[in-house]
Amino acid sequence: MTRVHDMGGRFGDGPVRPDPEQAPVFAADWHARALAVTLAAGALGRWTLDESRHARECLSPADYTRFSYYEKWIAALADLLVAKGVLSRDDLTGHGGGGAHPLAGRRLAAENVARTLARGGPADRDAGPGPVFEAGQAVRALRPAANRLVEGGHTRLPAYAAGAQGYVLRCHGNHVLPDSNAHGLGEAPEPLYSVRFKAAQLWAAPEHPDDEVILDLWQSYLEPA
Amino acid sequence: MPHDHPDHDHPHALLPPEPALRVKALETILADKGLIDPAALDRIIDTYENRIGPRNGAQVVARAWIDDGFRAALREDATAVVAELGFFGRQGEHMVVVENTPSTHNMVVCTLCSCYPWPLLGIPPAWYKSDAYRARAVREPRRVLADFGVTLPADTAIRVWDSTAEVRYLVLPMRPEGTGDWDEAALAGLVTRDSMIGTGLPRAPS
Repeated sequence: MTRVHDMGGRFGDGPVRPDPEQAPVFAADWHARALAVTLAAGALGRWTLDESRHARECLSPADYTRFSYYEKWIAALADLLVAKGVLSRDDLTGHGGGGAHPLAGRRLAAENVARTLARGGPADRDAGPGPVFEAGQAVRALRPAANRLVEGGHTRLPAYAAGAQGYVLRCHGNHVLPDSNAHGLGEAPEPLYSVRFKAAQLWAAPEHPDDEVILDLWQSYLEPA
Repeated sequence: MPHDHPDHDHPHALLPPEPALRVKALETILADKGLIDPAALDRIIDTYENRIGPRNGAQVVARAWIDDGFRAALREDATAVVAELGFFGRQGEHMVVVENTPSTHNMVVCTLCSCYPWPLLGIPPAWYKSDAYRARAVREPRRVLADFGVTLPADTAIRVWDSTAEVRYLVLPMRPEGTGDWDEAALAGLVTRDSMIGTGLPRAPS
């Protein structure tokens, strides 16, 4: 089984409440600080984007559900900082030791912010196996949706698509495999495909017979159908 | 990290319970240790509050409405085309543009987190990150559109793009009727953020 974050298709969440387009980007100052602290700490280079996503997913279901969006970010950041040995539990309570930190030399300086954000973190790679599926081919998403490398580990195969048959739309080339990279097991790049699924393959009562859902799925998530 | 702990055992539980204080505490600890630069935080915030937002995407859409060659290039390799306009970087490393037609309407969601094309649309709005949108957009897109006051023709199919990888999607909406002689800047004024996510339509010309 996957975790609480994997909510596609779930019932019971009520209406979507649109906000006006002119609403502030950050509803509160601390939202902006949470985003900025998270990005700046990420620039220390101690974890990958996949590891930070997994850290949010590893919040307990009770915390994940009651926390607002940026509370999840901050909670996961605190957990990551300790898990990666950047901070100690004593540091979090204000009882850690003082003095220069060995990673201080990696601090993101203000003058490097623009360059760092502009560089981003491309996930495409030349390495890895070649594609085994071609556009138009019928494929099936593995069932159950799960990380095959680490029990309870991070995967980007949503549970609602597990076992469903779809059709390859296109191949994006090789991309870093999150199931591996989220656990420090290496990037293990492999072909990434856009796969279209008929809504009727996914839902008992689709709204419209011609509706489709398209997912980006790695080669190891798929088998020939 | 893959192992499970009861929530009281997570390090984050050691921080103050109130969210604003929790962020402040972490920021202070990291700054005191020389791990973050407060001036860098201000610059990150300024970037996403004032420099990057949906007007970037609107410019791309308006140009695609006017210039068929640009639109074709965008459909072929959006990443390269929008990078030429200066729109690239974090959460926009791999861009794909999907085009609405009378028979197909596109919508974008990330059911697993809240992936979103930051360089073209900025930081996602609260509803995009909400449980309700993430849960419902893939299963009942028409009822979600109704929450936005949008109704599609009965014979229009919906394609929902669930951003499960690092590929980020931008919806190219249909050009509004009655804009035959409009220039790019005027057209960009009709392009809403939600129309580029697929939960809205462009404004009608007044």
